[in-house]
Order: sequence, then structure tokens, then C-alpha cells
Amino acid sequence: MIKEQDFLKDIASYCIENSKKLGATEVGVKVIHSVSENVSFRNKKLDESNRSDSFAINLTTYIDKKKSSINSSDLSKSNLEKLIERCIDATKITPIDENNSLPDKDLMSKKIEDLKLYDETHYSNDKKIEFLEQVEDAASLDDKIVNTESGFTENKNNFVLANSNGFQNGYKTSNFSSSCVAVSRINGTMERDYEFGSKRFLNQMLNPDEIGKIAATKAINKLGPKKIDSEKIGIIFDKRISKGILSTLASAVSASAISRGTSFLKDKIDNEIFPSSINIIDDPKIQKGLGSQNFDSEGVENNSLKLVESGILKNYLIDTYYGKKLNLKSNGRSGGTTNLYFENGNLSFKELLNLEKKFLYITETIGHGGNIITGDYSVGASGFMVENGELTYPVSEITIAGNFKEMFKNLILANDLEMKYSTNAPTLLINEMTVAGK
Amino acid sequence: MSNFFKNSDIEASQAEAIVSETLKNCDDGELYLENHKSESIVLDDNKIKSSTYNSDQGYGFRAVTGEVVAYSHSNDISKESLKKSSDNLKDTLKSKKGTYHHEIPKTNSKYYENINPIENKTFNSKIDLLNNVNNYLRSKGSIVNQVTANFLGEHKSVEIIRSDNQVLKDDRPLVRFNVSVVLEKDGKKETGVYGVGGRQTYDDYLKDGSWKNICDEAFRIANVNLDSRPAPAGEMKVVLGPGWPAILIHEAIGHGLEGDFNRKKTSAFHNLMGQQVASEGVTIVDDGTLHQRRGSLTIDDEGTPTENTVLIENGILKNYMQDRLNARLMGTKSTGSGRRESYKHVVLPRMRNTMMLSGKYSQDEMISSVDKGIFAVSFGGGQVDITSGKFVFNCTEAYEITNGKIGSPIKGATLIGDGPSILKEVSLVGNDMKLDPGIGTCGKAGQGVPVGVAQPSILINKMTVGGTKL
Repeated sequence: MIKEQDFLKDIASYCIENSKKLGATEVGVKVIHSVSENVSFRNKKLDESNRSDSFAINLTTYIDKKKSSINSSDLSKSNLEKLIERCIDATKITPIDENNSLPDKDLMSKKIEDLKLYDETHYSNDKKIEFLEQVEDAASLDDKIVNTESGFTENKNNFVLANSNGFQNGYKTSNFSSSCVAVSRINGTMERDYEFGSKRFLNQMLNPDEIGKIAATKAINKLGPKKIDSEKIGIIFDKRISKGILSTLASAVSASAISRGTSFLKDKIDNEIFPSSINIIDDPKIQKGLGSQNFDSEGVENNSLKLVESGILKNYLIDTYYGKKLNLKSNGRSGGTTNLYFENGNLSFKELLNLEKKFLYITETIGHGGNIITGDYSVGASGFMVENGELTYPVSEITIAGNFKEMFKNLILANDLEMKYSTNAPTLLINEMTVAGK
Repeated sequence: MSNFFKNSDIEASQAEAIVSETLKNCDDGELYLENHKSESIVLDDNKIKSSTYNSDQGYGFRAVTGEVVAYSHSNDISKESLKKSSDNLKDTLKSKKGTYHHEIPKTNSKYYENINPIENKTFNSKIDLLNNVNNYLRSKGSIVNQVTANFLGEHKSVEIIRSDNQVLKDDRPLVRFNVSVVLEKDGKKETGVYGVGGRQTYDDYLKDGSWKNICDEAFRIANVNLDSRPAPAGEMKVVLGPGWPAILIHEAIGHGLEGDFNRKKTSAFHNLMGQQVASEGVTIVDDGTLHQRRGSLTIDDEGTPTENTVLIENGILKNYMQDRLNARLMGTKSTGSGRRESYKHVVLPRMRNTMMLSGKYSQDEMISSVDKGIFAVSFGGGQVDITSGKFVFNCTEAYEITNGKIGSPIKGATLIGDGPSILKEVSLVGNDMKLDPGIGTCGKAGQGVPVGVAQPSILINKMTVGGTKL
């Protein structure tokens, strides 16, 4: 059973009081309880069952402008007492940084809205097993599928965030997720693909047949890939990976990267960085949203934010510390983005595929080849050749490369946005990228 | 050495009784207890950005029958919590008819001392050193745009209680010290990163001004990259430098030789045992027994002593890396490769220090044999798709080679290859094997564990370089 707010509040208060007694001038604390149950299957048989029950406490103490933190999983008062002492000792001898402080009181979140982030339904292990049996049956229909692995995870969380300025709030969240990975084989070579779904409420879950079927179909479609010649070509990013463009943007417009001068978008505020049709929004208040929150990780109220409006960079993602460095107020983005998405474009998926005679359609990238400082981008990729609007054959062992500054300027969106993750983008096309193959 | 039951309402003997009772008729399993202390102190943008101390303790209780693993973990080491976990495991494994494999070989070897690096150096002296790093680098001129440096230290005590009341213990120190510098010249910015680490005290790596070498190396890499030109795109010859570039071996070969993927037949290597998978002259081992190395372990996280496992000998595939579960199901023995990130994670077969051994050629011979290609000296990170065998890694320092001569530095590019075939493309193996500086962390199934790599310089006949210049 997940612990209630009162239990977590008690511990938070204990930490604040004790830290103050030992000399802290300001204190921030987060207490979290999470219970997670996971069942996994492999080739239609039970493979693993995993139950996790864990506490976490994160405490930051300030003495004037000096700051230090501790984290622990042991909530016993004897342990906390020792750790608080250690934290205060470290705080005393940490050098002063004039930007260290709790958030301004008037920015703190005042009310809790019901964003529908918690479903108390418990899905028993037997139910999870039934669900996975269906997933695996659907995934194994074709005899080209030689291995299937699938899992169902149920998470329940409760937390309290509190500080010495009187802020104390928290709420429960839940998550139900299921995935299936299928391996296909033909002529001794194998390919792997997957399908995944994560929801706040159990009754939003994808149908298990669909999860299995999609994973299997995708794995089979990838069989027999070719390596293509190196060339300049327009690249279409599947929705699974097009969201990566937004994650890059988010890192590059974080107040930390901007204030440190380590972003390729430094000095680009109020400049056009995308085509004028592009709008990018970060909205924490979407009901049942996977990235939804009532306040950010410092307790600062946050609301929908237009990061990019008509192609123009309008806002940074600002927390208290880096906000002070930049002389800007926090906009409640300590901890990063919430539900980040592109507004839909004008073209249908089909229309996008037909814009030119030939495209490369990328369904998966590997490697961490994005450089936020220079904007250079180079990653391994696999996908399909698109000729005259049709996917003609699978492609693998290639890389795609470019620079984000130009990639952003050359971006065209389809109108098939889906809210499947916390960061979401429709299918998108970027012209003139370099493919390295043969 | 941690006493896990000191502040608990349960005694060690009672815990042992619960373990034996729970694992009756199971094939395997154990109660894994862990106490983990760690610290992180970060200097960034001329300030001590953060100082954090973490203290974590908990248990992971595992029961295995056949292929099925039941796992339950908690940070509450108490009678009630253990009983609940035990019920949970028994409930999952309804029909058990296993035989518990009792024998865990004993070892008297130790590959590191039981020291706590966090307590071994004062907080003040750590802050002083970070400030020294900042001042030293910034004194190199106004092109220094940003300096980040950090201490990461930890001490982990583990205790493994098996069904036959066999108790195995290990205490593991680990440190890492990193420096990152951003240089700016004529509006162009580039980063250089360097770090060191292993299972010793911080001062073993930083004393007598050796921290300056770390700064110099980070500065040198950033400086080289300031002059970098767009990287070429397409297939060409690649010379890899010694040491850290061995993450190629880790990604291309290492993961594909982990027991679980081969038992499940999802690895591109699963049907290649005993076959030629690399050029003659290529020998690759995975060694857990190197003294004080980042990937070394006295015993693995199932209690099995580690060893030096030969993976590929003269081009022939000899062994997979095994934990107990996969070894049992494949009819072989554990190679001491069963690892987990923490008590919150199940055991998986993992790499330790993965090394390609030296051959007989010099790096100069390799470079002078290349008409058109690249020379890759350092890498960021890599990734692999086990099933298709395709792997990538990102260059952070690389040069063009034209007509046997090293030319201008090139921008960071991803290199992509095919695991089962890449080692057949290795045409020359160097005589200069080097260990990496002790900074690697390997990710698998969401679990990160410290690892090491090593290799000599090698010449690869054909690999795809993912630049922008056609």
C-alpha cells in the first residue's frame, strides 16, 4: 500500500525543524514513496516477477548563501538525524554562491488542481499475466517471429515537497505501462522491434492484441535491410523519434545551458529558429498527461508556456538558481519540461511522404550524437526507403548527420500528433541531411 | 563492513532461516543486502554548484526456478518486510521442483582494499582541488569559456546470504574525477573532457599535481576540436588509437557475448560458438581480476569469484559471459559475471574489464598504410542493437588520414558497424595495448555498472563514418 500524505509530511517537517535547529537558514525537502510491480513474459511463459517498495528523501540545507544536499532511502529518525548533521556540516564549509536560495514566496504554487494523475485501481499479478498472455499470443502469430518478450508494470507514487518558507504539498500519481519486443528471423539474420504504451489510468491502456501485433509487424517489416549509398536526402522522422528534436530544443533552451553559454541557441531569444508555421508548447496542466504536474520540483507554480511561437524562440526553461543568474524569474521549469509538444502541421502523413520522389524514413536512431554546444548531430539509424510515397525496402547500418540550426529551419510537420509520451511530435521531414552508408 | 541487522528487529540467523525456507525446491536465489554511500561535488561556472551525499541501504530477495525469476526488494530491513517479500516470491513460484545448486567457490584473492574514499579525503581539500582546477584552466587564457570538474566517490558493502547459510561479503570502493572545459575562439565553441578513476582513493589519481595532467588533456582535446573540419561521410579505413577506443569492442562484441542474449538466441552471436568471428591475431578477454580497476570485482553480485574469461582466442569464439541463471540453463558454469546496479535490480550477465590483447604492429605502420580514412583517438559513448548486431560510437577526437599522413582534426561523428563482421575487418593489431583511464559506465536494461576497456591500436579495413562531407 502506498503511504498517505500525512506520513510523508511528518518526515518532511521533522527534517525542516531539525535542520533549522542545527543552524540552517533555509531548508527544502522532498519525501517520496513508490511501489512498483512488474511482470514479464518471454516466449509465452512467465519470466520474471518483480516487486519494489522504496522510499527516498532529498534534503537541501542553506546557511545564508551556502548550500549542500543529502539523499537517503532510510527514513528512520536515527538515520535522518545523522544525515542532517552531516548535511549541515558540509553546508557550513561550502563556498558562498549568491544565487543559492529557495524560490521567491510569491511564485510558489497556491492550489492543487485535480489533474487526474492517480488511478487507485490495482491490477493483480494474475491480471497482468492474462494481459501478457494476450500480448504474446498476438506477437507470435507469424512464424518469422522467433522470440517475444513483454512486460506489464504498475507504479504508484506519493510525494511531499516542503520548504522552510511554509510550502508543503504533494499528491499521488500512478502509471500503467506495457511493452512488447519481438525478434524476427529470415535466412539467419534477425531484427528486433517493439511497441510500448504508458498511461495514468488502467482503462486507457492499449488493447494487448494491438501491442503484440504492432511489435511483431514492425520486426517483420525490418527484415532483409540494405545499406544504401552515401548521399544528401530528405529525412522523415517517425513519431517515435521525431520527439527527440524537441528534447534537443529543451536542453538547448534550459536556463543552465543559456547562462553557462553552452547552447547553440544562446542569444537566439526573439529570433526565428524554426519556419514561421511552427509552434512549440509546454503544458503541465493536461488532464491525465504523462508529464503533467501541479508545480515544478521546487514547488513553483507552472502554466502552459509557448517556447516557440510562429517559429520565434519566445521562452527559456527557467528554475530559481539559473533564473537569478540570468536576471529572470523562474517559470516553473525546475526539473525540465512537462508535456512538451509541437502543434500539428498542415500535411497528412501521406501528403508528407509524397512531397518528393524519394525520402529516407527513419524509425530508429542509436547513439548519442547530438552536441548542444555546436548543434552538430550525427547518429546511427535504420528505417525504410520511400519512393513515390511508398515504403519500398528496409535500410540499416547508416548514419544521418546535420546541424540542428539548419535542421530546425528546414523542418516540415505532418498533422498526426498523438499524446503518447510526455514529449510528443508529429511525423516530421527535414530536407537536405547527409546519409553515410556505402 | 556493514552490519545489516544491527538496527533491525531481525537477527542474522532468523534472516538466514527465512532465506532457506523461501528457497526450498528452488534452483537458485539469495538474499542480497547492500549498503551504499556516495558523494558528488561539482564545480561549474566558477562556483561549487552542488555537494551531495547519498546514503542508501536495502535488500533484494531473489528466488529462481527453471527460467522464472521472482524478485522483491525494499529499503526496510525488518522481519515484517522480509516475510512479505518471502510470501511474494512463494506466491509467484507456485509449482517448484528445483534443486538448489549449493556450491559457490571460495576465494582468498582481493582486487582492492576496503577503504572508504569519501572519508579518506577531507571535504575542504576536495573543494580546494576543484578551485585549483578552475584557476589552473582559466589561467590558460581568455579562450577558456567554461570549466566543470567533479568528484564522484562511493563505498558499497554487499552481503549475500544463500540458502545453505553460506554468507559472502565484499566491500567495494570506487572513485571518479572528471574535468570538462569549453573553449571559444572566433565565435566557435568546442568541448574537451577527460577523467580518471578506479577502486582506490582519490589521491591515488590526483596526488603530486597529476590533476594538472587531467586538466591539460581536457584542454588539449578542446583545442584540437577548435580547428576541426566537417567529417567525411561514407565507408573508409579507420585506425583506432589504444585504450578508451576499445568501447568499440565493448559495443560490437561484448554485449553480444553476454549469456542471456545467447540463451535466448536473440544475439547475433548465438550460433557462432567455436567459429571464426574475428581475424586471426585477435584475442579478446573479459577480466574481473585486475587490481584496482573500475570494472574489477573480488566476487560478483551472486557471490561467485571473478576470473579472466577468454571470449575470443585468435579469432575463434570461445566463451560467453555467464551469471548463475544463464550458466545453469546453458549447461555451463558462471564466469563470475553476474552483476546488478543495486539491491533494486535483478542480476544480469555483464562485462567487467573487456580487453583486446596486443599484436605485433606499430601505430605508424597502420597510419602509413591508409590512403583515405580516419584516425580516431577518443570517443564519447556507444550503443548496440544486440539482435541485428549494428553498433555505433561517437568520436570526440579524430583526424583525417590522407596518403598515409595524419591531417586536420574532424568534427565529432558517429561511426557505425556490424558486430559479427567488424572484427573480421581488423587487418592489423597494434603492439601498444593500453587500459582506459577508468571512467566507463555500461548501461543494460536500465542498469548502470562500472566497467573498463583496453585495446592496442587497430586498423579496420572498412567502416561507415557518419560525417556531413560527401
